[in-house]
Amino acid sequence: MQSSTTNTTVTANYQAAPTEHHGHPDHRMFGLVLFLVAETMIFAGLFAAFLIYKSTIADFSKELELTIPTINTIILVSSSFVMHKGQSAIKNDDVKGLQLWFGITALMGAVFLGGQVYEYAHMEFGLTEHLFGSCFYALTGFHGLHVTAGLLFTLAVLWRSRAAGHYSGASHFGVEAAELYWHFVDVVWIVLFGLVYLL
Amino acid sequence: MSEATTHHGGDRKWTDYFTFCTDHKVIGIQYLVTSFFFYFIGGALAEMVRTELATPDPDFVSPEVYNQLFTMHGTIMIFLWIVPAGAAFANYLIPLMIGADDMAFPRLNAVAFWMQPVGGILLISSFFVGAPQAGWTSYPPLSLISGKWGEELWILCLLILGTASILGAINFVTTIFKMRIPEMDIHSMPLFCWAMLATSALILLSTPVLAAALILLSFDLMAGTAFFNPTGGGDPIVYQHLFWFYSHPAVYIMVLPFFGVISEVLPVHSRKPIFGYRAIAYSGLAISFLGLIVWAHHMFTSGTPGWLRMFFMATTMLVAVPTGIKIFSWCATLWGGKLQLNSALLFAIGFLSSFLIGGLSGVMLAAAPFDIHVHDTYFVVGHFHYVLFGGSVFALFSAVYHWYPKMTGKMYDEFWGKLHFAMTFVGFNMTFLPMHYLGMQGMNRRIALYDPQFQSLNQVCTIGSYILALSTLPFLVSMVLGLVKGEAAGRNPWRALTLEWQTTSPPSIENFDEVPVLWAGPYDYGIDSESEDAGESVEEMLAEVAEVG
Ligand code: HEM
Ligand SMILES: [Cu+2]
Repeated sequence: MQSSTTNTTVTANYQAAPTEHHGHPDHRMFGLVLFLVAETMIFAGLFAAFLIYKSTIADFSKELELTIPTINTIILVSSSFVMHKGQSAIKNDDVKGLQLWFGITALMGAVFLGGQVYEYAHMEFGLTEHLFGSCFYALTGFHGLHVTAGLLFTLAVLWRSRAAGHYSGASHFGVEAAELYWHFVDVVWIVLFGLVYLL
Repeated sequence: MSEATTHHGGDRKWTDYFTFCTDHKVIGIQYLVTSFFFYFIGGALAEMVRTELATPDPDFVSPEVYNQLFTMHGTIMIFLWIVPAGAAFANYLIPLMIGADDMAFPRLNAVAFWMQPVGGILLISSFFVGAPQAGWTSYPPLSLISGKWGEELWILCLLILGTASILGAINFVTTIFKMRIPEMDIHSMPLFCWAMLATSALILLSTPVLAAALILLSFDLMAGTAFFNPTGGGDPIVYQHLFWFYSHPAVYIMVLPFFGVISEVLPVHSRKPIFGYRAIAYSGLAISFLGLIVWAHHMFTSGTPGWLRMFFMATTMLVAVPTGIKIFSWCATLWGGKLQLNSALLFAIGFLSSFLIGGLSGVMLAAAPFDIHVHDTYFVVGHFHYVLFGGSVFALFSAVYHWYPKMTGKMYDEFWGKLHFAMTFVGFNMTFLPMHYLGMQGMNRRIALYDPQFQSLNQVCTIGSYILALSTLPFLVSMVLGLVKGEAAGRNPWRALTLEWQTTSPPSIENFDEVPVLWAGPYDYGIDSESEDAGESVEEMLAEVAEVG
């Protein structure tokens, strides 16, 4: 029953130097996953509302232009793979590789947002015209906000990666977290695209 | 934080409690004091509501103000009193109970705490722009037409507090899973931690859905959309679904932490092992799960089709099973114990009896035919106060008395504590028991003006509520007397076995000066009754355990 080391010392180290001890990033990853569970439930709530309207209100749905959103979808989905290469790079202590792939990811994210702005600008209906329009803007807008957050997250990783040794094969919580968040945003988009545009 | 220094609890300056301090014990007390502050405000509003209802006419306040009073009362009591009070104990106790030196994310913890005063101030400031009037449920379309800015502040407040509670839940789960001392496996963990796991799961899964509803409601209010506005083609029922998907689980978010408290208090003060450790632990998770799938029992009168009513009726009644398991286990724990009838145990027993009544009227309400009869009457008001006041609040006071010696290092004043209990128990039953009868006779809730035939019972309620209000005085006296001239509590005045009692009272800044040792399960009372008062030093306890075998 006796133990010589305890969490007492371990956690004290965590506060002194959050990034240096490999035992701890685990906690933060775990915390991030729980956070994403919560985020998923917000989207689930919005999707549920959308689906109830769709199933209870006659001629609720309106036709949507598909070209731009389809291109956007392809860009966003492939950016997840691009980003993953960045993570693999840093695992091999390759900071340049991390910067390259995360840079491309950021660019793709920005293109996605640009596409969304273009789409909004050419929309035939506004926010308050009908319930479908309100749902459309609320859902895609809320998702766009998340893309923006993910983009800022990616840029923050890029910014920090400039400091020598900030990320390494042994310590790269920020990289992994940004990647997980981006995958999350990506998966939500796939569901959203299916529900709002295709269904 | 440096290791070698041996700080003691006295080292905290009082000013630390007004800073962005990341010590979970400071944060726990910050939560507790803040929530009590809001309790007194919410209570004052309730007294105004009851004063208005002392006579059938709306003569004390105008009907608009009356609407604001009960709306703010409900909102404050739920979001700024009971929920944060649960978080208060979770923050204070979880790391101590599992032998950790802090929460997993101390800074996140401080952020979550400071969102409480911000949200509270936003909500209270709505009185200056016309406070919300649509009840704590804020159903549209009423909430869309009864005062825009007050309603918007209400939404903002709830979004902030909801985020805070999600951040808290992330912290609790991570801490419980990742930071227990190595010898403590999940089945030797105190039941309070189990209760907080179940609570946190609910928070993570349901609070975000409320956020979704509130975001859409805010759009309707500020941007002119019509998600929930029938005149624009929207559907208020969708709001009800989203709202109750959170708010039904929310009743368990409000009461599960206090189930945990009861599981700690009863064995200690009756000197017996808890009966059915695993049954209590798992039934909490079962309640969480069932809690997530029964929300539409609040919508039996919203045009819900019959087959759906059947589903929600059956699943709701099922919740009585795990709850019953807990109640029976607690009674079995008390049975034949050496009860020490101090304030902590009195409040715990008060909890058991009142919560039982609340639970039973809950099963009645789960029956759709009965619910349709008493929907939106005082029967419902009586029911949920038995659960929230008789349940959560009684257990909360039990927790305050039980852990007061640990938090302050002093003993509270037992005489005033018992007086507090007596007045609370009498006042509580006098206030809320007649409401059941009023409701079955047809008195609507949320009205300032009522039929004169209900007057005498209403006056009983009102007098009861004054007794309740006065009962806070002996409480404060007991607390203050304890601080001023209470005797020193020592490490372990209750001779309890959970880890938080192994460290000094109040605990040092690092929580434990020595590595805490698990020398017994959390509830192994009476196994060797001669050595029970071995509360003072770990060495002694270990020696005894070695002797026993
Ligand atoms: C001094 C103690 C209390 C008194 C006298 C009291 C009284 C009342 C009354 C008379 C109402 C009904 C208003 C109406 O429907 O017209 C009410 C509503 C409510 N109370 Fe209390 N209450 C007390 C404590 C509490 C506590 C401790 C909680 C929760 C922890 C609570 C939560 C609520 C809620 C959620 C409502 C519903 C508000 C609404 O309809 O929007 N109350 N209270
Ligand atoms: Cu419910």
